[in-house]
Amino acid sequence: MTDYAIQQVVNALSAGSLYALMAVGLAMVFGILRLINFAHGDVMMVASYIAFFALGAGLSLPIALPIVVTGTVIVGLLMERVAYRPLRGAPDVALLLSSFAVGQILQNGVLLGTRLAGLPTLIAFPSPEILNGVVTIGAITIPKVNVASFFAGIVLLGLLTVFVTRTTLGLSMRAAAEDLSAARLMGIKVNRVVATAFGIGAGLAAVAGVLYSVQAGQINPYMGFTPVLKAFIAAVIGGFGSIAGAVLGGYVLGFLEVFVTALAGIGDLLPAGSVPPEVRSFLQTILPSGLGSWRDAVVFVILILVLLVRPQGILGRRGPDDEL
Amino acid sequence: MRDNVALRRAAGPGLVIVLTSIALAVLDISGQSFWQGLAINLAIFMILTVSLNLTSGFTGVFSLGQIGFMALGAYISAILTLPLAEKAAYLSDLPSWLAGVHLDQVIGPFPVGFLAATLIAAVIVSGVAWLVGRVLMRLSGHFVAVATLGFLVIVRVVLFNADAFTRGSRTFSNVTPYTNVWWSWAWVLLVVYVVWRIKRSAYGRDMFVQRDDRLAAQAVGIRVMSPRLLAFVVGAFFSAVAGSLYAHFITSFSPTVFYFDLTFRVITMLVIGGMGSVSGSILGAIAIVFLTEGLRRVEDATLLYGLSAIILAIIFIVVITVRREGFLGQREVPLDRLFLRRQKTPDEPKPEAQSP
Repeated sequence: MTDYAIQQVVNALSAGSLYALMAVGLAMVFGILRLINFAHGDVMMVASYIAFFALGAGLSLPIALPIVVTGTVIVGLLMERVAYRPLRGAPDVALLLSSFAVGQILQNGVLLGTRLAGLPTLIAFPSPEILNGVVTIGAITIPKVNVASFFAGIVLLGLLTVFVTRTTLGLSMRAAAEDLSAARLMGIKVNRVVATAFGIGAGLAAVAGVLYSVQAGQINPYMGFTPVLKAFIAAVIGGFGSIAGAVLGGYVLGFLEVFVTALAGIGDLLPAGSVPPEVRSFLQTILPSGLGSWRDAVVFVILILVLLVRPQGILGRRGPDDEL
Repeated sequence: MRDNVALRRAAGPGLVIVLTSIALAVLDISGQSFWQGLAINLAIFMILTVSLNLTSGFTGVFSLGQIGFMALGAYISAILTLPLAEKAAYLSDLPSWLAGVHLDQVIGPFPVGFLAATLIAAVIVSGVAWLVGRVLMRLSGHFVAVATLGFLVIVRVVLFNADAFTRGSRTFSNVTPYTNVWWSWAWVLLVVYVVWRIKRSAYGRDMFVQRDDRLAAQAVGIRVMSPRLLAFVVGAFFSAVAGSLYAHFITSFSPTVFYFDLTFRVITMLVIGGMGSVSGSILGAIAIVFLTEGLRRVEDATLLYGLSAIILAIIFIVVITVRREGFLGQREVPLDRLFLRRQKTPDEPKPEAQSP
């Protein structure tokens, strides 16, 4: 039972790292522009495809990863320049809709590209050797990729913290998130700050994309949708616009999901005689074994509850126009 | 003199209705199934766009959950109209109170069962929308968009998991194809009339006012919640109707249809036409449906699948960058003034005063 619990905690930390890596990109952009960048998941998808080609060409992970990150950052910067900068100052909803359109372009562009290259829509991802297999500690076995996800999350988010607290550009970014027009008056070049936010977000999404693809084992042009939804939820739970909140929200979401999945059917799993039959039947009623497939719905119900009870999230502050 | 003016005002819309009816009659008689299908498709998109306009364009509360209401409408009405033999074959796990229901009665050429099923589905969905809206209409801006998107995901998960009712991820098939050009376009007429009336009503003005300046509206005592909720519920009603029409047109479908691509397509039509303009939604739907159809042919000819979605998305970005308010903004095509005399009579208000 302890082993099972430890295993689940590791799963939660690993999933949480990926969510946090994605959510940070959303939160940075939202903090400055008040744009929910729906295309962020598709940027991650593009990263997976670049990784597919780089790894497929026989490159090892340490050589392929910089290529993937660079390529994805370029895509992120282009996206900002072409689709979002012309809309600066437009209503929030126009920006949100523009990000849907960017997502459509990326998805269908990749679809078109893979067709032209003669590839099927759903392709197997060439998992790099170093991430295959499992780590065994005592009675616990953990896939290596989960360990890698956890450490990648910790290291990259640590570096990001150093960047936003210790460098001039990072401080300008936080200033812009605090008050865009005041930051501009203080001589901060807003375009550069916004581009940095998109670039860093895309870079983190690239790493998340590679790890996610290894875990899933396959990639397709529509794979970005679920991760971006999860990242939203993470960012909203933590407090939209706050980088620390996005990280916290990512891990909270990871634990929530694992919790829902792990508790599903727990009434059936407990050894005979360990609990009174009334407790068992109660557990079977409130946590049926089929609950796992309802996970996404449960998570979204939690999201809506968070929005209603505390729309500013755990760490966020209330905006003037967020609620009636 | 007044009657004469009223008649002249009605003449423009009347002419459009007559011309459309003639076109539909020609289509119906010609038996061209491709063009009939296109006309039905167009009608369904018009209903969706006009009802989303009411929900989101009029109130500024941006809902991404509309297709969820459409999906519920499609499934509920399809379960209700499915004949007993098909129910036994495909939905054997249906609870007994529902297994005996078969709204497949036809009186002459008139499928009353289909009409009843559509209305029942729309009323149930409106109830759901009322419950959801009571909670979600308190939110604004992005938060309502994310929360309603959550609703869409929840509907999808429910449809996938409620095997006994929906066959889960398997295709729900053998729905009787009741939807024809007359049914679909009659609903278009109704939704346009209702939404246009709402726009010109006190409720409609409340919707626009609280959209444009919520604090000012509240300060002068205009309610925010009730017009929003009204727009949400009526929009959901007609979205469910569109779902029912769709289900009985396409006859087999699965939960995957009712998701993000469809949501985005309806939003494109709405934004290109103009948020707040009923005639804009109609024009937006016409433009995008024909454009999509044309691009699909190009795709089929060149095998460049995905091209049409890319072009639509680029058009969308260009439109919201260059002309943020779409074709019409919140103005209407002045059909009612088509046959009005130019000179102003003393007792007739200026035409400018008629439109908001």
